[in-house]
Amino acid sequence: MSDTVSKTGRWIDLANPTRFLSLAGVVLPWLGGLTVLVLGIGFWMSMNAPDDYQQGSTVKIMFIHVPFAWLSMMCYTIMTIAALGTLVWRHPLADVSARAAAPIGAVFTALALITGSLWGKPMWGTWWVWDARLTSVFVLFLMYLGIIALTRAMDDPAKSARATAILTLVGFINIPIIKFSVDWWNTLHQPASVLRMGGSTLDPSYLIPLLVMAIGFTLLFFTLHMMAMRNEIWRRRVTAMRRVAARSAERRTA
Amino acid sequence: MMSHTGFVLASYGAAIIVLTALIGWILIDQRSQRQALQELESRGVRRRSETKMDNAS
Repeated sequence: MSDTVSKTGRWIDLANPTRFLSLAGVVLPWLGGLTVLVLGIGFWMSMNAPDDYQQGSTVKIMFIHVPFAWLSMMCYTIMTIAALGTLVWRHPLADVSARAAAPIGAVFTALALITGSLWGKPMWGTWWVWDARLTSVFVLFLMYLGIIALTRAMDDPAKSARATAILTLVGFINIPIIKFSVDWWNTLHQPASVLRMGGSTLDPSYLIPLLVMAIGFTLLFFTLHMMAMRNEIWRRRVTAMRRVAARSAERRTA
Repeated sequence: MMSHTGFVLASYGAAIIVLTALIGWILIDQRSQRQALQELESRGVRRRSETKMDNAS
């Protein structure tokens, strides 16, 4: 089978789900192992980071809150690229990628909101305010839920792929709004302190654990995304095979 | 010094619970798809791309 595929050219090679499955089989154990290792180191560093002179121990929430928030936006960006892949190149894996990423992105967004709320209560005195940053992230969470609902509203993924891709593209407008909301509006949420002009304002004793945790959670995202993509490819094969089986059963009875 | 250990523990606890649920869901999905594929293959069902003569589309 692989011999016939390689003759058709590089582009289709990369887009071939069978190729992806064999790649995932090789990569996943290593990626998973690396994820556990980096997250373990990051967790240990986070626990040993000193308490902040103003924030006390709540500064430790930063080590998970900030990576979750970054990943919620990165996941949506990946889904937007996948949406372009669906609409422009009709890449067979693009819709699989977007569909597999949506629940993972929703989970990371929910966790960013939950940990942010648990950080806001002791530091701001409130669980929630409708300021620009918090509201725009909440809208992102709703976007994820809408996309998940749309991908599962139709039985045939070929039908939902285009609609989902268009909705995803339209929703991307929210990502720069989230990023710059703290600069454009007067928010209770603090402005960026890691990725900003003039360098990070964080002390290395916080910056290094934060970066290790961010790398760890990013690896976790890619591991889970690859697993979910593989599941989705298998699910489509099962559907296709059931259809073939039903058709041949029909022919036999006719 | 302020003591907010409860909030820190709640944050990490929520993260662990939610991520475990996500990983568990993906693993359960993986097992059920694998089983379905094996079951169909053992019944001798092939995908259309694997059967050369069938060009119904």
